[in-house]
Amino acid sequence: MKAISRQLDRFKDPRHYQIAVLTSLVCFGVVVLDFGIHWQNAVAIVATALAVQLLGTIYAHLPRFDPLSPLITSLSLTLLLRTDEVALAAVAAAIAIGSKFLIRFRGKHVFNPANLALVTLMLASDQAWVSSGQWGSAAIGAFTLACLGFLVLTRARRAETTIAFLLIYATLLFGRALWLGDPLAIPLHQLQNGALLIFAFFMISDPKTTPNSAAGRVLFATVVAAIAFTIQFIFYEPNGPILALIISAPTVPLIDMLMRGRIYRWKRPAARAGNQVKGVYR
Amino acid sequence: MKILISVVTALLTIVVTTSAQAFCGFYVARADTSLFNRASQVVLVRDGNRTVITMANDFEGKVADFAIVVPVPTRIEREQINIGDRAIVQHLDAYTSPRLVEYHDPDPCLRYDRMEMSQDSAALPKAGAELKRAARSQGVTIEASYTVGEYDILILSAAQSDGLIRWLNDNGYRIPRGAKGVVDSYLKQDMRFFVAKVNLEEQSKLGYQYLRPLQIAYESNKFMLPIRLGTLNAKGKQELYVYALTRTGRVETTNYRTVKLPTNTEVPEFVQGEFADFYRAMFDKQTRAENGRAVFLEYAWDMAWCDPCAADPLSARELRKLGVFWVGGDNSRTSKIAPAPAQNVFVTRLHVRYDREHFPEDLVFQETGDRQNYQGRYVIRHPWKGATSCDATEYQAGVRDRQEREAQQLANLTGWNIDDIRAKIQFAGGEPPPPRKEPWWKRLWG
Repeated sequence: MKAISRQLDRFKDPRHYQIAVLTSLVCFGVVVLDFGIHWQNAVAIVATALAVQLLGTIYAHLPRFDPLSPLITSLSLTLLLRTDEVALAAVAAAIAIGSKFLIRFRGKHVFNPANLALVTLMLASDQAWVSSGQWGSAAIGAFTLACLGFLVLTRARRAETTIAFLLIYATLLFGRALWLGDPLAIPLHQLQNGALLIFAFFMISDPKTTPNSAAGRVLFATVVAAIAFTIQFIFYEPNGPILALIISAPTVPLIDMLMRGRIYRWKRPAARAGNQVKGVYR
Repeated sequence: MKILISVVTALLTIVVTTSAQAFCGFYVARADTSLFNRASQVVLVRDGNRTVITMANDFEGKVADFAIVVPVPTRIEREQINIGDRAIVQHLDAYTSPRLVEYHDPDPCLRYDRMEMSQDSAALPKAGAELKRAARSQGVTIEASYTVGEYDILILSAAQSDGLIRWLNDNGYRIPRGAKGVVDSYLKQDMRFFVAKVNLEEQSKLGYQYLRPLQIAYESNKFMLPIRLGTLNAKGKQELYVYALTRTGRVETTNYRTVKLPTNTEVPEFVQGEFADFYRAMFDKQTRAENGRAVFLEYAWDMAWCDPCAADPLSARELRKLGVFWVGGDNSRTSKIAPAPAQNVFVTRLHVRYDREHFPEDLVFQETGDRQNYQGRYVIRHPWKGATSCDATEYQAGVRDRQEREAQQLANLTGWNIDDIRAKIQFAGGEPPPPRKEPWWKRLWG
C-alpha cells in the first residue's frame, strides 16, 4: 500500500488523478455498461477542447499551453452528453472551453465549462440530452464511483462542496420520503444514480467555479442542492442538478464578495484571487 | 442558436457518419406481447407536457369483476377520457415486435458474385347524490363521475388515504393490503385517482366481448407511469409494455437503466418453430443479467417505415386515434419500403418485468434526441438443400462451421444447453463438425 501511495505522490497535480478516474469511468461505461457513448463523439470532444484551449492560450497570452483542464472537461462531457451528431459534441466542447476565456468576472470564469455546454446544448437543440439513468443503480457500482471520486477530492482538498451537496440533497430526498410515507428504498434508489455521483464528485467540485472560502462553498452547495431538488421533485423536470448548477453559478461572485474575509482565516493562500488569474484556466 | 446548430450539424454529419445500411431478410415470425402472461400494455403519447395514455390489458374473467385504479396527475374532465380501439394497440404491438427473418443460401455451384447483405448493420350503480354523500363522510371527494363507453369512471381525491381505501373497498374495488402507504404518497403528491368499473348494461348494449382500452389526455410535467400500486399484488413479477409515441426521438427511463436487447444475431434454423420459447428464454436471461432492474428496449423506429416489417406502419388515422395530436387525420397510408417524408412520429417499445423489490419507484421517462433505428431482429440462414452439380464439400464444411457458430450464439443468448441445441440442428452433410478442443474450465461451472 505504501509503495502505491508513494507512486501516487509523484503526481503533484490532483488533476492527474481526475483524468485517470474519469478515463476509467468512460471505459467502464463503454465496455461494461454499453450505454451509448460514441467513440467518435469522444474524439471530437477531446480534439475540439484541446484546439480551443490552444487558441485561448494565445488569445489570453498565457505562459504555457495546459492540456490537463480541457482533458478533464472533455471527459466529463463525454460521460454526460449524449447526441447522435458528432458536430454537436464538438460544439459542446467549443462552448465549454471557450466560455473559460470569454465569460469571466474578477479573474475567475463564471460557469463550470462542461455544465454550461450541457445546458446550452440541451436548451438550444433537441438532439442533445443527458442519460442520467443509464448507469444503473447497482449499489456496489455507486460505492466504487464514490470512493474513486473521493480519492480525487481529497487530493484536490475541495471535498466540502461535494460532501455538502450530497448531504443536503440526500437529506431532502429522505425528508421527502418520510413526509410521503414512502419506503426508504425509494430515496436510496434515487441516490444510487451514476450521473448524480459524477455530478457531485466531478462537476460541482471544480475549484475554479466554486467560492473561494470553505464556508462559501458549503453555502453554494446548499443552494445547488435545494434548487436541484426543486427542479426534480416540485417541477418534475429531469436533470435537476445540472440545471441547478448553472442557475446558481452567478451567486459565486456574490458569495466571494460577502465571504472574502474568511479566505485568510481558512489559510488557503492558493485560493487568493490574485493567484487564480495566473493559475490554470479551468 | 437552434437554427445555427442544426445547420452546422447537417454539414458535418455528411462527412462523419457512414452510410446507413438497410436491414434485409424476409420476415418470418414475431414475438408479440401474447407470449407473456399478465401483460399490460400502455401507449404513451407525449409532446411537451401534453400526454395521452392508452391502457390496454389482457383481463381474463368476468367483466363484472374488472376494476382499475390509476393515479393521475390532474383533474380529468369528461372530454379528456376516451375509449380506444383494441385493434390499433394490437397493430402497434405487431409493428414493433421483435422479429425473426430468414435467408436462403443460393446454389453453391452457381458461379456468380454473391450479393451478401451485411448481417451486422444492421357506472354508478347507486344514485349519484347518495354516492357523493357517502364518499364525503369518509373524506373522499368525487371530483367527477362519467359513463364512457362500457365504463363507469370516477375521479377521486381525498385528504387521507384511510377514507379513500375504505371507500374503494366498500364500492367493490379490491385494494391490496399495504396500499395505504402508496395511496398516501400519491395523495400528498397531489395526484387524483382515476377509477373505473364496467357498466354491465352499457357493455351488453355495445356488444363487445372484450374490454376496450381506456384513454386519458392530460397536461402535466410528470412524464411517468405509476407502477407502485401494481407491485402490491402478491402475484409476483408483472410484464409491462410501454409504447411511447413522440415527435423528437427515443424515450428512455431516467431512474432505471434502459438496455437494448441483443439483436441481429444468427440463430439455428429450428428456432423458426420455437421462436416464442427462444424469445422468452432470451428475455429471462437478459433480465437476470441486469439483476432484474432494467427496462428493455425492443424497438425504436421512425413510424414512417420499417425494414423488415413485422406489420405495416400505423396510418395517420390510427395514430390520431391513439392520441398523436400533431399528425393530420387523413387516411394516407405510409410507405413501408423507404423512408417517406417524416410523419414526425417516433415509436419506442419498452418491455419491463417488475416487482416491488427491484422497482421501488414509479417509472420516470424522458424523451431523447436519439432517432437511431433499433429493432430486435434474429436471423436464420437456410443452407442450400437442392441438388448440386459440383463438388460442394467446401460449401458444406462452411455451412457446418456456421451452424456450430449459430448453436453457440443461441446458447449464449438463451442459456440453453449447447448439446441439446446441437442435437436439434441438421448439420450439413449429416454430421456435426468435429469437436473442437475446449479448455478444461469451459464447463467447470456449467
